[in-house]
Amino acid sequence: MKKFEKFSSRMVVLPVDNIDTDQIIPARFLKTISKEGLGDQLFYDWRYEADGTPKADFVLNKPESKQRQILLAGDNFGCGSSREHAPWALTQYGFRAVISTSFADIFKGNALKNALLPVTVPRDVHAWLFAHPESVVTVDLEARSIILEDGRSVEFPVDEFYRHCLLEGVDELGYILQQEDAIRAYEASRVCELNTLA
Amino acid sequence: MNKPRTIIEKIWDAHVVADKPGVPTLIYIDLHLVHEVTSPQAFDGLRARGLKVRRPDLTFATVDHSIPTTPRSLPITDQVAAAQVARLEANCKEFGIPYFGFHSEQQGIVHVIGPENGLTQPGMTVVCGDSHTATHGAFGALAFGIGTSQVEHVLATQCLLQQKSQTFEVRVEGALKPGVTAKDIILALIAKIGVGGGTGCVFEYTGSTIRALSMEERMTVCNMSIEGGARAGLIAPDDTTYEYLAGRRFAPKGAQWEAALARWRQLPTDEGAQYDRQVYIDAGALEPMITFGTNPGMAIPVTDPVPDPSGVADPMERESLAKALQYMGLQPGKPLLGQRVDVVFIGSCTNSRMSDLRAAATVLKGRKVNPQVRVLVVPGSQQIKREAEAEGLDRIFREAGAEWREAGCSMCIAMNGDQLQPGQYSVSTSNRNFEGRQGKGGRTFLASPLTAAAAAVTGVVTDVRTLL
Repeated sequence: MKKFEKFSSRMVVLPVDNIDTDQIIPARFLKTISKEGLGDQLFYDWRYEADGTPKADFVLNKPESKQRQILLAGDNFGCGSSREHAPWALTQYGFRAVISTSFADIFKGNALKNALLPVTVPRDVHAWLFAHPESVVTVDLEARSIILEDGRSVEFPVDEFYRHCLLEGVDELGYILQQEDAIRAYEASRVCELNTLA
Repeated sequence: MNKPRTIIEKIWDAHVVADKPGVPTLIYIDLHLVHEVTSPQAFDGLRARGLKVRRPDLTFATVDHSIPTTPRSLPITDQVAAAQVARLEANCKEFGIPYFGFHSEQQGIVHVIGPENGLTQPGMTVVCGDSHTATHGAFGALAFGIGTSQVEHVLATQCLLQQKSQTFEVRVEGALKPGVTAKDIILALIAKIGVGGGTGCVFEYTGSTIRALSMEERMTVCNMSIEGGARAGLIAPDDTTYEYLAGRRFAPKGAQWEAALARWRQLPTDEGAQYDRQVYIDAGALEPMITFGTNPGMAIPVTDPVPDPSGVADPMERESLAKALQYMGLQPGKPLLGQRVDVVFIGSCTNSRMSDLRAAATVLKGRKVNPQVRVLVVPGSQQIKREAEAEGLDRIFREAGAEWREAGCSMCIAMNGDQLQPGQYSVSTSNRNFEGRQGKGGRTFLASPLTAAAAAVTGVVTDVRTLL
């Protein structure tokens, strides 16, 4: 995984609460056995007409959105299905951070494993960003903060372990594999009667 | 004396493999269920690192999401879906994972076959790359959905790094009125707390109403915990649980059963244990519930009018409600009763078990499906299908004019060709009414099997109590 570095970008703004992962990527695109090629399917049913032509007025189709790396969305972003295709599609479009007041648990976990940073901000900051949709935001994971265009620095919560993994480009499975001794000790310590192979 | 603990904390504590400062807790997983949609990239990850599946004996796979529900003698005509199913089969063979395939007599929705075969047991940690893994919480298991990266972690190590959740007691007391079901309890809870209400939490459902529910009804309640934002929701095991489990294929037998029972009886929450959060629901006051909008929190008693966005103070919330009503083509303040319905779907991991089919059959027996309505009845597993046929339920459905199909997720997620056309309305016993969930442009009303069957007969949203 690449190291997650400090960056600045304007935002793509989606003023909708409770955006679920079925909107982020509809289920019919989940028949793939690959992780690739999902960027064009991001927000498919909001983004394209029935015949597949892009809707000119949908924010992701605006030419200026293509270069933007931050998605600003309403409360409770990423609720619903556990599909990791959602962060895959978001990162393949080009996003590196999503800003909201809250994230659904499974989505948040999936995003952190794919170098997509969920940035939880207080309600007043959220409102300020919506009131300044063309402003530039700097995301500084090292400092656990975003810097707004008015110069304010706003801290966001991030688990120390995931911060470390993102900054160093380390993946989680590598860490778990190093815990082999603890896993073996745990397995030896308890009765396990289930055997799905029986 | 030890500090009193909730069942959630007891299961958590018993599964801690390592707990180091600055790192989430490493917990052990007792049962890993796998399906075709969220696993192929995880198996690719194992191959790329040259890893094996650590515990195939704690892993089980089936196909459910992308398969057709047409007769099994027919092939899977969608080539992309067929390739995904073939890939799971090949992965299971390569890594030695037991598998109920497309033609297996035991195939079914992953959250139906786990309990049905006794794989799901009290006190376990259960995961699957599917958010409705919460279903297994009905057995007093800590069961939650994971993404594909975590599927790979569990395949490789049988462990997960996990933050401890908060505990959230959902206490439900009192007797349900006729026509009110487990589905109405969970829809009422989500309407009360909102779709983000349980974020960061695990629900424990308690109270006299929950105790009186059958295992199938408990599964319906736990299933939709995720729709309330909680990753998991569980119910402490009791005699109802043990009675259901006894004798099932993978349940412990003989002396092992006795030992397991003794362990399971230690699981319920201790007297005096504290929850981080609590909510109370008066079951006696509940009505049959139905959703009107585009998330499961947008639910009302079926006799209520459609809510009016102009009464909502928060601007973004008001806009979201207005957007939902526009998508649904509904007028604020108007009754939902009498709203046209094009399709009725009875199925999904929420409501596709024997008691659900029996409930729908009580309404459909001796009646005809409204000629404007297409009705799909999709049993949760091939075993349920056989049992329902032995009981004659299939005949009741067919004679009424409903389709009786093969087991799978079907129109809950609409990946397999079972789907709504743009603009169509469905009453569905499934769990999600998101925009396009049942087919692009389709509009979903979530409700119980009773309410769904009532709409099948009348062709409009109906208070089932008028037909009982």
